[in-house]
Amino acid sequence: MKPPPFRYADPDSVDEALDVLAAEGDGAKVLAGGQSLLPLLAMRLAAPATLVDVNRVPGLDRVEASAGGVRVGALVRHAGLLRDAGAAGVQPLLARATANVAHPAIRNRGTTVGSIAHADPSGELTAVLALTGGSVTVARPSGRAEVGWQDLFVGPLETSLSGPAVVVDAFFPALPERSGTAFAEIARRKGDYAVCGAAVVVTLDEDRRVAGVRASYLSVGLVPEVHDLTEAVAGKPVDSADWAAAGALARTLVDPDTDLHATADYRRLLVGVLTERTLAEAAAEAAGRTAA
Amino acid sequence: MTTKLFGEPVRRREDARLITGRGRYLDDIGAGALAAAFVRSPHAHARITDVDVEGALDVEGLVAIYTYEDLTGPMAEPLPVLIPHPQLHAPRTGHPLADGVVNHVGEPVVMVVATDRYVAEDAAERIVVSYEELPVVVGIDTARAAESCVHPDVPDNVAARHHQETGDVEPALAASPHTLTFTQTIERSACTPLEGKGVHARWDPDDGSLRVYSSTQASTSVRAAIAAKLELSLDRVEVIAPDVGGGFGVKIVHPWPEELLVPMAAMRLGREVKWAEDRREHFVSSAHERGQRQQVTVGFDDDGRLTALDVHVWHDNGAYTPYGIIVPIITATQLVGPYVIPVYRVVVESLYTNTVIVTPYRGAGRPQGCFAMERTMDRIADSLGLDRAEVRRRNLITPDQFPYDHHLTFQDGRPVVYDSGDYPGLLEKLTALVGWESVEERRAEATGRGKLLGAGMALYVEGTGPGPYEGGHVQVLGSGKVLVSTGLTSQGQGHETVFAQIVASELGVPMEDVEVHTGDTRRFGYAVGTFASRAAVMSGNAVALAARGVREKALRIAAEVLEADPSDLEIDEGLVQVKGTPGASIPLRTVAVLSNPLRYAFDEAAKQATQFATHDDTKPPVAPGDAPGLEHRDYYSPLRSTFASGAHAAVVEIDPQTWEIDVVQYAVVHDCGNVVNPMIVEGQVHGGVAQGVGGALYERMAYDADGQLQNASFMDFLVPYASEVPDVVIDHQQTPSPLNPLGIKGAGEAGVIPGSAALASAIEDAVGRRVAAMPISPSELYDLVRDDTAERTAASARRTGATA
Repeated sequence: MKPPPFRYADPDSVDEALDVLAAEGDGAKVLAGGQSLLPLLAMRLAAPATLVDVNRVPGLDRVEASAGGVRVGALVRHAGLLRDAGAAGVQPLLARATANVAHPAIRNRGTTVGSIAHADPSGELTAVLALTGGSVTVARPSGRAEVGWQDLFVGPLETSLSGPAVVVDAFFPALPERSGTAFAEIARRKGDYAVCGAAVVVTLDEDRRVAGVRASYLSVGLVPEVHDLTEAVAGKPVDSADWAAAGALARTLVDPDTDLHATADYRRLLVGVLTERTLAEAAAEAAGRTAA
Repeated sequence: MTTKLFGEPVRRREDARLITGRGRYLDDIGAGALAAAFVRSPHAHARITDVDVEGALDVEGLVAIYTYEDLTGPMAEPLPVLIPHPQLHAPRTGHPLADGVVNHVGEPVVMVVATDRYVAEDAAERIVVSYEELPVVVGIDTARAAESCVHPDVPDNVAARHHQETGDVEPALAASPHTLTFTQTIERSACTPLEGKGVHARWDPDDGSLRVYSSTQASTSVRAAIAAKLELSLDRVEVIAPDVGGGFGVKIVHPWPEELLVPMAAMRLGREVKWAEDRREHFVSSAHERGQRQQVTVGFDDDGRLTALDVHVWHDNGAYTPYGIIVPIITATQLVGPYVIPVYRVVVESLYTNTVIVTPYRGAGRPQGCFAMERTMDRIADSLGLDRAEVRRRNLITPDQFPYDHHLTFQDGRPVVYDSGDYPGLLEKLTALVGWESVEERRAEATGRGKLLGAGMALYVEGTGPGPYEGGHVQVLGSGKVLVSTGLTSQGQGHETVFAQIVASELGVPMEDVEVHTGDTRRFGYAVGTFASRAAVMSGNAVALAARGVREKALRIAAEVLEADPSDLEIDEGLVQVKGTPGASIPLRTVAVLSNPLRYAFDEAAKQATQFATHDDTKPPVAPGDAPGLEHRDYYSPLRSTFASGAHAAVVEIDPQTWEIDVVQYAVVHDCGNVVNPMIVEGQVHGGVAQGVGGALYERMAYDADGQLQNASFMDFLVPYASEVPDVVIDHQQTPSPLNPLGIKGAGEAGVIPGSAALASAIEDAVGRRVAAMPISPSELYDLVRDDTAERTAASARRTGATA
């Protein structure tokens, strides 16, 4: 379990990183926190010719919370986002989801953006990016562009990005008004990849009736998906909405797989249960944020 | 006040070193050594048609490549069948490097030696081995069906048919008022010590000697194996077990191929060579355990008392049988537990499969035996509508029945005769500790919270401390330091502490003066090894006997100096003194100086002891039969094993929406005779329970039909974290063993034995469905509860009836 030889570059600007990536071609890989990439190297499942270590690039380690949302730089560690009160105020899902990312040692090293760029459908923040309708900023030699989550995730561990590109930040839109969120996951062991997880947002109208219900799941599809569950509870007063009905609807919308740890049926069961539980929690938060 | 540390919860003296990174593990040794890596079979069963090393030859830093063709003499022969047995009728072992055929994924085919491990893996990756695939046998069903076979000359895949019986079981069953027959399975798991295996070898060409460090549980036997296989005189080989990061059984197997190949390479190359196993290698090339199917037929009367027990076990032994049929024998003989079984018959068929070898893992066949016996007790209770604790109580061997002869033959070839115990006492303490009487109340309370609560229990008896022997050496230096050595090895159990406690107590010296060394053939050449919960029993008694020998000699020498009778002397805090006469004393360190009438007075202390200091010139300086030095070597060799016992109870809460299983209470009552150090015994219990919970709820070796291990990493092989291990409450019972001087029994494996049985019982109690296969995950529990054909327990039907 030792990696094959590779070249190592440690640029101190994004432009320099792009130069190296352009020069090295497809054999180059960006290294940030390394929590996914380095095990792949050690097991010789990945053999990049060059690692482009962006850890010394200044300016990528910032969390910027504004009224519109939270922008998370490429070198922000999970632990940093987890304790960022400003970010949690604008989009509470960020801290709620990040608290479920692995263990403290991994959260101290691993990056939020790296996890998104890794495009693991078991990733907490990939689901949150999708649910919130977020995007990433991709730097290319030709310039920077926003790429929406729907255009980013192509398959398990696969993004649409090709050629020299560095994801420099991710943007999570703010929680809309009269809305609440919740996050829950079930793992075999505390900190493991979830067998199933759910991130939800509930939005009420001015009469405290359910106006919108959306959910995104972990470890359920090949790429993060957002399911609109509004029809199950639309127009119902927040206090009497049948969240179980929304859970039942969710079960019909997902198409999970079987693996070593759980059958597809069991995952579908959990989709229903976690949907019901998280919606009740999110609805209570939404109610609290909506004037009576 | 006499120094008495035996029985005290003395803090582990090795911990500060080990937990602050000052341990010296195998991979800490030989920083400049060449590194070995292995090309291992990617196929479960295949013929090797070609090995092409050409592509590796230009890798810079490559030093050597070895294949089977390079092995000579005994190295080219099959690895030893370490423990032959008449009922192991078809033993098979592999070769250090595969000879034409591979029988499991991970079997070593080519060894590469290079300047470092990175380069060695680069070269290994470029070696092309061509295979012709053969039919694969995976799992007990496939092995029994025998449409294909692992070894061509073993067409039924049966390596051994182990059979014991204590009477004529069929008429006894026929005459029984009730009988039950059922089948259950338990899956594979593994030891997974944090430190994998590892070997470092250094050949001294001028001296013609070999020093080998191995992360082993049996350094003296590794030494003998290396000497035999590499055709060296035993005195030219020394083997040392450095700090070892856990063993749990896998490191008792020897010689592992690497333990022979690394020294071979060091000799041929004249350079230090090291191999440190990585985790992936460990999963596919070390050893697994546990996999069994069991068919149980039990006869019992209206009161739930056993009349006869007939058990047929199919045991998956993997591709080879280097460690004989130790695991099948232990399952067969320890299954009977603390119960009176009027007639017992057991047959264990040990089956070849194209998977990693199966050798003892902590518990060594006992968890499976306990699972069979304890689930039998649960079924009897269920069928008669009796309390599960009450059925057990009615079948227990009572304290007046010791020594109790089961008329079985144990793994050491000696009779299964329980030396002492108080099983009703265990059960009584357990039911009190867990609150067995209040389970129904708690069930109702949990139901109110939307949870399904269930409780289960399991009892066991464990043969510990088998022979043939261990030795101890104790020496007092002129500095006052007391050196203790024993040949068996340590893997973190706390031997440095407990052996020091024993010697300090026996000799009457402060514990700080005692220094303990284990597992080093330079210090102690005769030893068996650390396994079968034997270290405290065997080496504990051996070092006690050695300390007593030193004490006797010290008193004799001191008596002459103090002009007193030895029987009037005592040793306390390192001072030999006349009892009741303050001032009439001599330090033990001075006695040590006096014991060696050497010629040279190199310091003030030695001056007192030179031959010219002897006043009595009618006697030689060293009397006939005496020896210079204050030291003694002694051995402890028991008549047979001593039998420890215990009882566990688990309470689980299950979420009926997600089927997550939460172990909310885990109670242990433990009897290992006299306890040397209760803190260390409790630590052993905690660790054992953790592994028991792992085996019951998390761990399995997920082989697919092609023999590929699907979860060969710690990401997918789920060892429980601290967050998954329940808090454990422990009560002790001490029934001393009459078999050894210290009255102790082993404690190393106990904690793991009843885990699967107790947790299966608790889960079954909670959900009302028969749990006949372990481990069980939430996903599998969900399948069980919604399976209309799954057997419901009578107890759950009665509960439903009661509440309807």
